Amino acid sequence: MASTQETRRTKRIDGSRRRGIGLHAALVVGVLLSAFPFYWAVIMSTHTSSEIFSYPPKLLPGTHFLENVRSLFDNIDFFGSMFNSLLVAGSVTFLVLFFDSLAAFVFAKFEFPGKRLLFVLLMFIFMVPAQLQAIPQFVIMAKLGWIGSMTALIVPAAANAFGIFWMRQYMKGAIHDELLDASRIDGANFLRQYWHVALPVVRPGLAFLGIFTFMGQWNDYAWPLIALTNPDNVTLQVALSQLNGTHGTTDYGMVMTGALLALVPLLIVFAIGARQMIGDLAKGAIK
Amino acid sequence: MATLRTLEKPSAVVADVPVTRPRTGFRKYWHLYAAISPFYLLFLCFGLIPVGFSLYLSFHRWDGLGPMEWAGLSQYQYLLSDSEFWSSIGTTIVIWALATFPMIFLAMVTAVMLNSAVRFKNLYRVAYFLPNVTSVVAIAIIFGSVFSTNFGLVNAFLQAIGFDQIAWLNTPWGIKIAIATLMTWQWTGYNAIIFLAGLQTVPSELYEAARMDGAGPVQTFFRITLPMMRPVLLFVLVVSTVTGLQSFSEPQVLLQNTSNDSTFSGGPGHAGRTMVLYFFQQTFDNNDFGYGAAVAWGIFLVVVLFSIINWRLVQRRGEE
Repeated sequence: MASTQETRRTKRIDGSRRRGIGLHAALVVGVLLSAFPFYWAVIMSTHTSSEIFSYPPKLLPGTHFLENVRSLFDNIDFFGSMFNSLLVAGSVTFLVLFFDSLAAFVFAKFEFPGKRLLFVLLMFIFMVPAQLQAIPQFVIMAKLGWIGSMTALIVPAAANAFGIFWMRQYMKGAIHDELLDASRIDGANFLRQYWHVALPVVRPGLAFLGIFTFMGQWNDYAWPLIALTNPDNVTLQVALSQLNGTHGTTDYGMVMTGALLALVPLLIVFAIGARQMIGDLAKGAIK
Repeated sequence: MATLRTLEKPSAVVADVPVTRPRTGFRKYWHLYAAISPFYLLFLCFGLIPVGFSLYLSFHRWDGLGPMEWAGLSQYQYLLSDSEFWSSIGTTIVIWALATFPMIFLAMVTAVMLNSAVRFKNLYRVAYFLPNVTSVVAIAIIFGSVFSTNFGLVNAFLQAIGFDQIAWLNTPWGIKIAIATLMTWQWTGYNAIIFLAGLQTVPSELYEAARMDGAGPVQTFFRITLPMMRPVLLFVLVVSTVTGLQSFSEPQVLLQNTSNDSTFSGGPGHAGRTMVLYFFQQTFDNNDFGYGAAVAWGIFLVVVLFSIINWRLVQRRGEE
């Protein structure tokens, strides 16, 4: 990889430097567009609601951030619900990474009777709207006595079709058959092939799936809203959505402050995972 | 690599391989089935049974509390003639198309640019992925304020360059464009990162060969990059279709305060009422769980049909 980057770099230098500048200009415009709503959220979280809805729009930060934080903490148990979110998102991410990558490894690199049928079934499952399952799932959870506990959020999410589909597509390209054959000749059994050959190669793919799963769980609010019946025992998104509805007129400054603060753990997870993901998404094991 | 530690063994093992009697059937494959079983077991308990129940439900009338009442196929008959359901399909597809095609185009362009940029590549990747990290609740609130008629940034900008205000969240096309913009913003960077992963699996020898044959950048893109990216493009298209056609949170949060009759109404004139919003409206506003289940099955059929069409289109293009 290093050598190809080297050749690219030398080519760039004796190629057109102007094209490089135009390229970066276009990329920076893209970054600004991606980042702008975050800037806007910061602006909103530092103003009162009446300041937010004034004309012309405020483009610079105001002075009401701490006030917004205070009214946020007065209205919801911010850290309690944040702990619940961390518990759910953390456990689900761990379980999904394990179960999905294991299943994807099988689908990507092995042949067995019924494989095609099972994979088609998986793809159909992926397309079933979550709403189709919501009402009956609630009935089942109630029978199991899980309603109101985090188990109702963690167990059904512990493996998913999306992750298996993604990891399979990724593994098909990233794990070379020669490498697997070599490890088989070394006498590695299935689990060793999975653990010592497949996993190290697909780390960037796993990091991506991990971030994506954590995010999805962290930001999910439809199912937690239904399943967590005890108002003292909710996840952060549900707590935030309670801010949005109950008070008639919404205090946008406070809601935005909550949304921004709810982003902090995500950004930390992202920063940790991004290093893995960015390592090189397409890095193979054979150099 | 840990497996290489047992380097002395191979010769013996190699000799063993052809001698091993071929095991048959389940004994030979049990570990593979065991490895994929967690997903299918979970699906059985929390997927298949609920799905079966919702099928059962769709043949009944049920308000969620009282006894169920057999309704036969009448829910489905009504669904077929329900003009509101059909218009929600139209709304969903229009929003999906408005969001997906610009998104895939922009993502592809971004990925190709990122792939040829040498400096700051990692920084760009992080920046482009960020929109996807934020919760839809927060994004919808932000975009609601950006597209606000009197105080919104978009209209402030339009006025500054001499145009009239547009009531974005109050007109049929304005609503659709606002939702599609939100979705495009949220997913372009995500898909660009996926495309980039695909671009990097294209062997550089192919590009060298193309350059030697005198192919220009455009030719190279259509003859080499695009065909090689087929699995990734397929992934992006299928995921965009499945998630895009099931969009719910975006219109719900964005439009929940713009109409008085229901939080699931999809704004004035139901212009943003997607299929899933319609499902929620029928199920929870009308307490019509049986018809809601029938609507959900209708949604499922539309999503499957659309995904198959997309799948076929992408695969055929690759075969040429």
